[in-house]
Amino acid sequence: MGLIRVSFLSNLINGISLGSVYAIIALGYTMVYGIAKMLNFAHGDVIMIGAYISFCVTHYMGMPAWVSVLASMLVCTLLGMTIERLAYKPLRSAPSLAVLITAIGMSYFLQNVAQLIWGANPKSFNSIVEMEPLRLFGGQLIITDEAIVTVLACIIIMVCLTLFTEKTKMGKAMRAVSEDKGAAQLMGINVNMTISVTFAIGSALAAIAGVLLCSTYPALMPTTGSMPGIKAFTAAVFGGIGSIPGAMLGGILLGVIEIFGKSYISTELGDAIVFAILIILLLVKPTGLLGKKINEKV
Amino acid sequence: MSNLLKVENLHVYYGSIHAIKGVSFDVNEGEIVTLIGANGAGKSTTLNTVAGLLKPRSGSILLNGQSIAGVPADKIVSRGMALCPEGRRVFLQMSVKENLEMGGFTRPAGEIADSIEDVYQRFPRLKERYKQVAGTLSGGEQQMLAMGRALMSKPKLLMLDEPSMGLAPILVEQIFDIIKELHEAGTTILLVEQNAQMALSVADRAYVLETGNIVKEGPALELLNDDAVKNAYLGD
Repeated sequence: MGLIRVSFLSNLINGISLGSVYAIIALGYTMVYGIAKMLNFAHGDVIMIGAYISFCVTHYMGMPAWVSVLASMLVCTLLGMTIERLAYKPLRSAPSLAVLITAIGMSYFLQNVAQLIWGANPKSFNSIVEMEPLRLFGGQLIITDEAIVTVLACIIIMVCLTLFTEKTKMGKAMRAVSEDKGAAQLMGINVNMTISVTFAIGSALAAIAGVLLCSTYPALMPTTGSMPGIKAFTAAVFGGIGSIPGAMLGGILLGVIEIFGKSYISTELGDAIVFAILIILLLVKPTGLLGKKINEKV
Repeated sequence: MSNLLKVENLHVYYGSIHAIKGVSFDVNEGEIVTLIGANGAGKSTTLNTVAGLLKPRSGSILLNGQSIAGVPADKIVSRGMALCPEGRRVFLQMSVKENLEMGGFTRPAGEIADSIEDVYQRFPRLKERYKQVAGTLSGGEQQMLAMGRALMSKPKLLMLDEPSMGLAPILVEQIFDIIKELHEAGTTILLVEQNAQMALSVADRAYVLETGNIVKEGPALELLNDDAVKNAYLGD
C-alpha cells in the first residue's frame, strides 16, 4: 500500500465520518423544513446543548457514556418541542420571514443561555467511545473508534428513519402533512401534533450528533453548534431540502469535500471550497441533488 | 327524515371580506343536496367552513344535532363527515394505497384493509395502480382516488367539491354515475358544482348561491326547469 493511497483512504474515512455528523444534523433541518416549511436555525444550537448535557452527566455525575447519550436525547427532545411550542407555533400563519428571524433569535438565545450556565471557556469533552482504533495495512491506516461509531450511527439512523416514514402510520402522516396540510387535516391528521413530533425527532438526532461531534472534536463551547449547523443546513440544501435521503447524501458529500479540500487544496480555503461547490450545484440543479420535482399530469 | 347536516345563518370572513353572508341550508339523511352558483359565489367557502378548514364568524353548524362550528377539521372526520376537496388534493408523492390509508387515518388499523378492498371494488382502476405514486395518475384517476380516500373514513355525510372540474365530458359522466351509485348505497351527499346541469340531474334538492347568499332553493327538478336558473347557470 503506497503512502499516498493510505493518506487518501484516511482522508476519505475522515470525510465520511465528519459527513455522517453533518448528515444526522441535516436530517433535522430537512424534516422540519419538509413538514413545517421553516428553516430552524436554532437547530445547530440544540446540538451544542445536547453535547453539554452529555458532558455534565459524565463529568459531574460520573454516569456511563450511554446514560449521558440517553439523557442528552431526552433533554433535547423536550427542548425542541418546547422551542416549537413557544416560539414557532404562535407564528404558524405569520410570514416566513418572521419565523426565520425568530429562529435566528432563538439560536442566539440558546448560545447565551449556555454561556450563562457553562461559561464561555471551552470544556474538554471526553469521547463517549472507548474502543481500540482499527489498524489496517500493518498499522499504516488507522480508523478511529469515533469514526466507526459515527458512521454506524448514521447508517442506523438512516435505516430507522426510512422505515419510520415509509411503514408507520405516523411516518406516513408526516409525509401527508409535508405535502398538503389542509388535505392532511381533512383525513383527521392532527397537524400541530405531527409538527411537534417532527421537532422531537429532529432534536433527538441533534443530541446524538452533538455527542458524536464533540467525541471527535472535543472543544465544547456555546458556539460549538453554529458552524456545524450552517454546514448541515448547506448539506440539506445540497441534497435537496425536504428529502431525507438527500440530507444523508448531501451531508456525507459535504464532509468528504471539506476534508479533501482542506487536505489537498488549502486548509484555509476548505470551507470556501465547500460553499463554492454548493453555489455551482444550485446553479445547475436548483432543487439540489435529490430535490423533489414531480411531474403532475392533469 | 331527519337533518344530518343543518347550517343556520352562517357568516364567514376572509380577512375583511365578508364571503358568506348568512347562509342557511340542510341535508337530510339519504339525500343528495347540491349547492350551485357561479365562480366566487361562496360554494367552496361554505363547504370548507362546514368541514372545519375555515372558522365561521357566526352561525351554527349541526352534524347529527351536535354543533361542529369552529371545531378543527381533523376533529370532525371521526364524527362522520368527509370532504373531497376542490382540486382533488391527493398526496401526489404518495402511492395510491398510501393515499387510501391516509383516508382511513381515524379508523382502527384492523379495518383498513377491508375498506381499501371496498374502494378498489368501486374503483377498479385504483386497484390496477395501487403501487403507483398519485402524481402519475390522470386527472380522472386522481378524482377517483380523492373520492375513494374520502370514503375510507366511512362518512355518513360525503361532501364533494367540484368533482367534475377539469375533466373530459366522458369522465364527468363516469364521476356522476359513481355519485349516483354512492347515493343508492345509502351515502348522504352534499355536492358543490359549477356544472349545474349535471348536479341538478342527480340531486334531490338544490340551493343557488350568489355572492355569499342563497337566492333560491327547492327540489332539483324544479330548479332544472326554472327560467332564471336556466338563464344564469344552464347556459341555454
